[in-house]
Amino acid sequence: MVITNFTPLQSAAGGALIGLSAVLLLLFSGRIAGIIGILRRALLPAAGSRPLEAAAFLGGLIAAPLLWPPLTGEAVRQTVSSNLPLVAVAGLLVGFGSVWANGCTSGHGVCGLSRFSIRSLVATLTFMAVAIATVFITRHVLGS
Amino acid sequence: MRVFLNFLAGLIFGIGLIASGMADPSKVLNFLDFTGTWDPSLAFVMAGAIAVTSVGYALVQRRAKPVLENQFQIPAKWPVDARLVLGSAMFGLGWGLGGFCPGPAITALPLAAPGTLVFVPAMGIGIAAAVHLLRRSPTTTDG
Repeated sequence: MVITNFTPLQSAAGGALIGLSAVLLLLFSGRIAGIIGILRRALLPAAGSRPLEAAAFLGGLIAAPLLWPPLTGEAVRQTVSSNLPLVAVAGLLVGFGSVWANGCTSGHGVCGLSRFSIRSLVATLTFMAVAIATVFITRHVLGS
Repeated sequence: MRVFLNFLAGLIFGIGLIASGMADPSKVLNFLDFTGTWDPSLAFVMAGAIAVTSVGYALVQRRAKPVLENQFQIPAKWPVDARLVLGSAMFGLGWGLGGFCPGPAITALPLAAPGTLVFVPAMGIGIAAAVHLLRRSPTTTDG
């Protein structure tokens, strides 16, 4: 288990950038900055889903860690689980569940709450509660 | 222009994920671990993001239409149904197991950690399976 430092200022500033991105996307394209919706539009396009624009957004996400070190002089800090079977199950659940719920942390948690959507409030409370319970069980009951 | 602006929005989003710590699964898991190594930082990510988005959205929605399109595509706020709750619960379980949600997972791709290279294709399979099942009853998306 990796201990991480409390970083309120950097975290709030990073959150503000996420918000800026969401506002720009609504202003220019009229769309919600929900990553699962964008992934779905790029991977499995339907009528009107504009897969090229969705892929360009994902390209921007992928470019970010490449530009981060030259921009800031810092490496990207990241620790990903090396329990690969667990990570595979997590990926399946995240992909299936967020399509099933029509949104993930960004679409419901940021964009949905910002437009006072009841659906997004229920979604956010549900996934937060289940994620907290999951971490409690895996770390403190099963002790992995 | 549309493609470039989407790239730019994605880049700003990705820089925000890295700057905030949201792109680090260990930080996400510590945020979710109230009774252990709790790191409250991600509450500040949500607060910063919602502060900017709620004000920006209110201003943008005064416009009759977006700058480059003829209409806004805003999901319905209601009703709450079983599918929403079930999907969110599955997503929360996966998020709590891996510490990754979709945006950070895509942003992590170039760093090529083995866990990321397993998580992202698995997420793709989950997306494809859900879309396949949903195409029997098409609906709109909240994002």
